[in-house]
Amino acid sequence: MNPDFSELRLDGVTRRFAGAGGHAFNALSELTMTIKRGEFIALLGPSGCGKSTALNCIAGLLQLSSGTIRLDDTRIDTLPPEQRGFGMVFQNYALFPHMSVEKNVGFGLRMRGVPAAEVTSRVARALTMVQLTGQEGKLPGQLSGGQQQRVAIARAIVIEPPLILMDEPLSNLDAKLRIETRAEIRRIHTELGRATIYVTHDQDEALSLADRIVVMKDGAAHQIATPHEVYSQPANLHVARFMGYRNVLDLAVLREDGDRVTLAAPGIRLTGCRKQPLSGGRGMVAIRPEEIALVDAAGGENTIAGKITNVEYCGRDSLLDLLTADGARLHVRSVREPRLGDTVHVHVPVERVLVYPTE
Amino acid sequence: MANAAAAGALAREPFDRTLLLVVPAAAFMVLLFVYPFLYGLWLSFTPKAGGALANYTHFFTTDNLYPTIWTTLKLSLPATLINVGFALPIAFKMRVKTRYQRWVTTILVVPITLGTVLIAEGMLTYFGPKGWLAQFLQFFHLYDGPIRLTHNYTGVLISLVVSGFPFAFLLTLSYVTGIDPGLARAAATLGADPRAQFRHIYLPLLAPGLAMCFCLSFVQAFSVFPSAVLLGSPAGPTRVISIAAYEAAFEIYDYSLASAIAMIMGFVQLVIVVAVLGLRSLFYRGPVVGGKG
Repeated sequence: MNPDFSELRLDGVTRRFAGAGGHAFNALSELTMTIKRGEFIALLGPSGCGKSTALNCIAGLLQLSSGTIRLDDTRIDTLPPEQRGFGMVFQNYALFPHMSVEKNVGFGLRMRGVPAAEVTSRVARALTMVQLTGQEGKLPGQLSGGQQQRVAIARAIVIEPPLILMDEPLSNLDAKLRIETRAEIRRIHTELGRATIYVTHDQDEALSLADRIVVMKDGAAHQIATPHEVYSQPANLHVARFMGYRNVLDLAVLREDGDRVTLAAPGIRLTGCRKQPLSGGRGMVAIRPEEIALVDAAGGENTIAGKITNVEYCGRDSLLDLLTADGARLHVRSVREPRLGDTVHVHVPVERVLVYPTE
Repeated sequence: MANAAAAGALAREPFDRTLLLVVPAAAFMVLLFVYPFLYGLWLSFTPKAGGALANYTHFFTTDNLYPTIWTTLKLSLPATLINVGFALPIAFKMRVKTRYQRWVTTILVVPITLGTVLIAEGMLTYFGPKGWLAQFLQFFHLYDGPIRLTHNYTGVLISLVVSGFPFAFLLTLSYVTGIDPGLARAAATLGADPRAQFRHIYLPLLAPGLAMCFCLSFVQAFSVFPSAVLLGSPAGPTRVISIAAYEAAFEIYDYSLASAIAMIMGFVQLVIVVAVLGLRSLFYRGPVVGGKG
């Protein structure tokens, strides 16, 4: 495939599977998006949300049930994977156990009939890129997890594919290695200047790596936006929950004033920003624990009083559980550490209270 | 003081009594395999007449004895090649679980459970000159010449395939399904079409298993006896080595010569098995999954 492509276009990409009891379900439904050259896209969602299905559909390892995939003007969803020529990094790496590192990395080039001398030099270049020189002769079984992971990346990038697909490539690594390799993946992406599609269930990974994030649930894309937008302005309650808005309260609407909404329940009165049209006189309020601050004075807008029922020390800060007099529970992140049983006041800014319709 | 005692205990490595669980199996092996084998070996060197090697000289100088090695190889090697050769592509096709897999497996297991004598009986009726196959072919004039599929080389070969193929297939299937299908998917994304995936991924990873399967199938086919007698012509083209041993033991009552023939039979099997397993060491023999896990 043309490495100098300008965009990959997914149009209504759908994949159905036969489920239990014979009725089919959509593992992926109607995914439509355009990926530009040079972009780093993260498909983010809990397990079973369809993100790996989407990746396998793009790679050609799964047939589409409907929809089209085009690379510029070429329709590619009808091609077998070997003719699409996208590089793919698998979750378990899928290194060929009987081939040396060098043979593994050179496999794609040999399949393309690249002359032996060129294979050697390109493999050497790819191994330098992933910092694995000196390991050429080893078998995958002799390498550590992190090294195997880098062989898998080298094997995918050496063919200089227009698109690199990564299926949770870091999930088998320990925390420290994960952060190091994350930076390396971003560096390699920038160096190659192609497009990368990266599947993950880890929001930190998606936020730190991607130019755009596709948040998925139940086979559907719920939001396609920049990390900043997904983080601070989730499109709906699903996305908000997944992005760490741990406090979700079902409240009655008192007043709607444009996008400003004031909602209340006994002991709580909150004003926030409406993200979607409300109905039925109720709304769901979503607040991130770290955006609630402990304050000294009672009273004032968006201030809630409650008793501390749990303190979890996390190092940099603590996670507090707050119980209001009327039984509502709030999670709060704070550098201050009140004692268990203390009554405290917390405040949250109006623009950080997001209001969604009830489910 | 206590430390020194502990160190002493460690150094002595106290006897692990769970090892005693091996005793029954070891006794079984010694009594029922090692002792009879050694006894047979000793017997083969104590002939009725002549020196210690008289039986072996007799075997290799008698016209109806030494050619049995070649006769047996001529039957068992093609049968093994056919069995393993057909088992591989079929098992490869069956590697993905489908609803047919269970049916095919069941159908293939049946011949194993029947035993060679029953298969031979069935084949005599089915493949015989007046059997269904011959009648069918001649009725429809598909083949009008005489049909001779029993009481000759072909009959024994067919029976070896019928009884040996399911075994080779099931063994190969377990090897094939043991290979991580993710490897072939990875190869596909790197530009390998299905043929290249088979050649570069499956075949090298299967080679050691196929060698093993070949050895087991070969040993089974080499010791052919009932079908060679029932379906072949035991006086002529299918006079296999086990028939020679049987005759020596139960027609001439020369146990010593029979033991010598059995030893020669075992040696020929050993040579082939060692040769095949030697080739096996040229291939990669590690785990057949890619990556951690």
